[in-house]
Amino acid sequence: MSTPTASPGTSGLMGFVHRRRRGAELFLLVLALAVGVGAYAAVGIGVKGEVPADMVGYSSWLAALTIAAHLVIRFVAPYADPVLLPVVAALNGLGLAVIHRLDLAAGSASKDVARAQLTWMTLGVILFAVTLIVLRDHRRLTRFTYTSGLAAIVLLLLPMVPGLGKTINGAKIWIGVGPFSFQPGEIAKLLLVITFAGYLVLHRDALALAGRRVLFVDLPRGRDLGPILVMWLISLGVLVFQRDLGSSLLFFGLFLVMLYVSTERPGWLVVGGMLFTLGAAGGYYAFSHVQQRFDIWLSPFSYYRPESGPTSDQLVESMFGMAWGGLLGRGFGEGSPWRISFANSDFIMGAIGEELGLTGVLAVLVMYGLIVERGLRAALISRDGFGKLLATGLAAVFALQVFVVIGGVTRLIPLTGLTTPFLSAGGSSLIANWVIIALLLRVSDLARRPLPDLSTDDESADDESTQVIRL
Amino acid sequence: MNKPIRTISIFCLVLFLALMANATYLQYFRSEALNDRAENQRVFDAAFSRERGSIIVGRDAIAESVPVDDQYEFQRTYNAPFKYAPLTGFFAYAYGASQLERTQNDVLSGEDDRLFVTRLVDLLSNKGTQGGNIRLTIDPAAQDAAAEALSNVPGDVEGSVVALEPKTGKILAMVTAPSYDPNKLASHDKASVDRAWKQLTTDDSEPMLNRGTQKTLPPGSTFKLVTAAAAIEDGLAESADDQVPGGTEYQLPQTSGDTGLIDNEGRSCGTDTIPFTQALGNSCNTTFAQLAVQVGGDKLREQAEAFGFNQDYLEDLRPQAKSVFPDGANEPQTGQAGIGQYEVRATPLQMAMVAAGIANNGVVMRPYVVDEVQSADLDVVETTQPEEFSRAVKSSTAKVLTDLMTYTVNDGTASPAAIPGVQVAGKTGTAQSGQDDVSPYAWFVSFAPADDPEVAVAVMIEKADIPRGEIGGGVIGGPIAKAVMEAVIK
Repeated sequence: MSTPTASPGTSGLMGFVHRRRRGAELFLLVLALAVGVGAYAAVGIGVKGEVPADMVGYSSWLAALTIAAHLVIRFVAPYADPVLLPVVAALNGLGLAVIHRLDLAAGSASKDVARAQLTWMTLGVILFAVTLIVLRDHRRLTRFTYTSGLAAIVLLLLPMVPGLGKTINGAKIWIGVGPFSFQPGEIAKLLLVITFAGYLVLHRDALALAGRRVLFVDLPRGRDLGPILVMWLISLGVLVFQRDLGSSLLFFGLFLVMLYVSTERPGWLVVGGMLFTLGAAGGYYAFSHVQQRFDIWLSPFSYYRPESGPTSDQLVESMFGMAWGGLLGRGFGEGSPWRISFANSDFIMGAIGEELGLTGVLAVLVMYGLIVERGLRAALISRDGFGKLLATGLAAVFALQVFVVIGGVTRLIPLTGLTTPFLSAGGSSLIANWVIIALLLRVSDLARRPLPDLSTDDESADDESTQVIRL
Repeated sequence: MNKPIRTISIFCLVLFLALMANATYLQYFRSEALNDRAENQRVFDAAFSRERGSIIVGRDAIAESVPVDDQYEFQRTYNAPFKYAPLTGFFAYAYGASQLERTQNDVLSGEDDRLFVTRLVDLLSNKGTQGGNIRLTIDPAAQDAAAEALSNVPGDVEGSVVALEPKTGKILAMVTAPSYDPNKLASHDKASVDRAWKQLTTDDSEPMLNRGTQKTLPPGSTFKLVTAAAAIEDGLAESADDQVPGGTEYQLPQTSGDTGLIDNEGRSCGTDTIPFTQALGNSCNTTFAQLAVQVGGDKLREQAEAFGFNQDYLEDLRPQAKSVFPDGANEPQTGQAGIGQYEVRATPLQMAMVAAGIANNGVVMRPYVVDEVQSADLDVVETTQPEEFSRAVKSSTAKVLTDLMTYTVNDGTASPAAIPGVQVAGKTGTAQSGQDDVSPYAWFVSFAPADDPEVAVAVMIEKADIPRGEIGGGVIGGPIAKAVMEAVIK
């Protein structure tokens, strides 16, 4: 990716600087648009036998959104990673097409979920742009370490406020404002990463070095670990109380990863693994709904279309659909993804597996993998500890979410229920993920940007000596 | 902090590889097992809404998929439903499929390997998979004649007519009565399908039964052809004019009294010995019971099995009822079996195969009904090759049997099947049902022309509105067989 340049005045750390690569991004964006627009047209042709009537308007809107995002990057984050935005645009476009396809299957009487999703995407891109424009340096977020932690807890508590909270499909994780439903957990996820990163970057040395050694682990002092542990316990407790297993798993994993990265102590992973096993076992015996999830995972067919009680219909139909799709898929309009109830949210991978086949599923997984890889790469090359932790946290939470939801849908692990980033219908998730991408882009922009040449004649001598030491 | 970040990267890589491996397992390695699960409605829905191939007789489709404007896009439609229902079977949403719709499902749905190229073209041109067609061996004229003749029998007739081409084993006609309308089961209106299904499955006359292949009954005197074949093969007679045992009465070995006494219901069967022709011509029970006892149960069973008894032979229509000749019959039972009573049971198709085997110089051809597999564009993909099922008797034996059967038509009980200008060979049968309140079963088998047979027919009437005393294979079955033979020969 990086090639040495000799342009004067921009000599970087190792004698080269990252190139901006905005042209590459634009080219990839065109490909990504082809995915989104092509999928939309294919849905129309496959289901109704004709190109959708609003094809031009839809394509223009999608193109305008992505080009706008590209222009914002070009002006305010010129050195940002060039792969992230195109991958996200392709995923979002594919998701829109699949949601539209499920809308068509549901008939004209039902509401137009795809249109709502496009509106949310617009909002997501606006927030994406606002984040990049307002936040010129991600380190400014460290000011909001405790504020965002508090906000996360408030958001997580909101669904329990009478009159505001809404229970949808058995999970009490929604709030309703007017006609809109909102999953505050998605935003809380983002805020918690900022909190953890901000706190840990300040206290990492104390956490890693001060303390006593118990067994294999250097236990930190309570006053260092205390605040973050309390915050984590509160958020986790709220989630367990709300029966949102997926998010609990996600937050736990996120906390563990960030603690490990900041302290560089692998012992935390051992402790975390043990805690997870204990928690899972405890949850299994303490909560009947955890037991049900587990039993359904082990023998889904015994819970298929039961007369009453817990059902595995969604999971089994999704598995049938993916099997029916096979290698190449049935093609848009040729499958019956509507058999999976709520196929346009958690189970959207089932619909993709059926109509686009294993090929489509692997392509989506590779795109998710690219996002995570790009995020972690930004973390690696970031020059400041907060940036490293922020990017690692965001990438890890993304990877964990993809693993938990797609693993659940394909019966790799018990189903816990999370949204599939950028694909699932749902405004809160979409917006949160667009902001996550904006933050990753900001971290990578600062990381790849050449160091400003502040050297005067006097200082340049210092610089050189510094460099010698560094080398 | 870079070292732990690298570790986390590898951890994430493992997560994604696990997801990919699992998706591959689910969608590739396990997909067939999941598709085959009975509760998987998706697979059946897809088959149901596919443009299924046609079943063709002559130039006309007797079953085809017609485009309709609903969720399933195509409506399976049966033209001439009652006449062809025993062959086509039905194709229903909740109740599966039967007969050809079931056995030929791979071709009709387009999944068959022989249609691979067509399927590939469909895939590349982004069309839905179109099913292949099958063309039947049925001769529409013979099928019409059989259906018409069977429906002319008075009352709510229950019976079947099967016609074969002796040289090939092609099924030229197969009708059954009563029949049903498979359109009612193929309908997309679930409630009306449920009603029709309930009505058809609770009907005592079993309209969904293909009596030609699925109903076995005592074949009565038509079985004497098998007994005669065994006797000639065993050397008990060498030509049609040889003398065979006769008599007005025959007491079965090891028996005494009425139950073991065989008589001829007043037909002339001589005293001591009579010519073979007279014995078959007058359907002499005394002769054939004695011949059966002389040949022995084992040899008679082997002869019956050479014609197809106790065996499965029809792949195209499933399930097929096996015709039965009992194993280990003692002497009196063998005597009864020799005249088609005791535990001998045969389908009309089986008796048609006996006639066809005799007609074809003793070689029984495997019966089949699917003549050609065609692609959706009517290109012939495969033509069924006639296959020898067994050599039932020597060709000299077949010649003698033919002579006996022509005598039976010219001068004996089978005269109603005679066709002016064409030599017909035939044999009647009237089998006792064994129950006082159930009428005897009327049978008739024949083939024509005797010197170069083109068609062999078996007729079975299980029930008709005819006084008990007047039921006889010749009077009822003869004209039906004649009509079918005429339709083929003309």
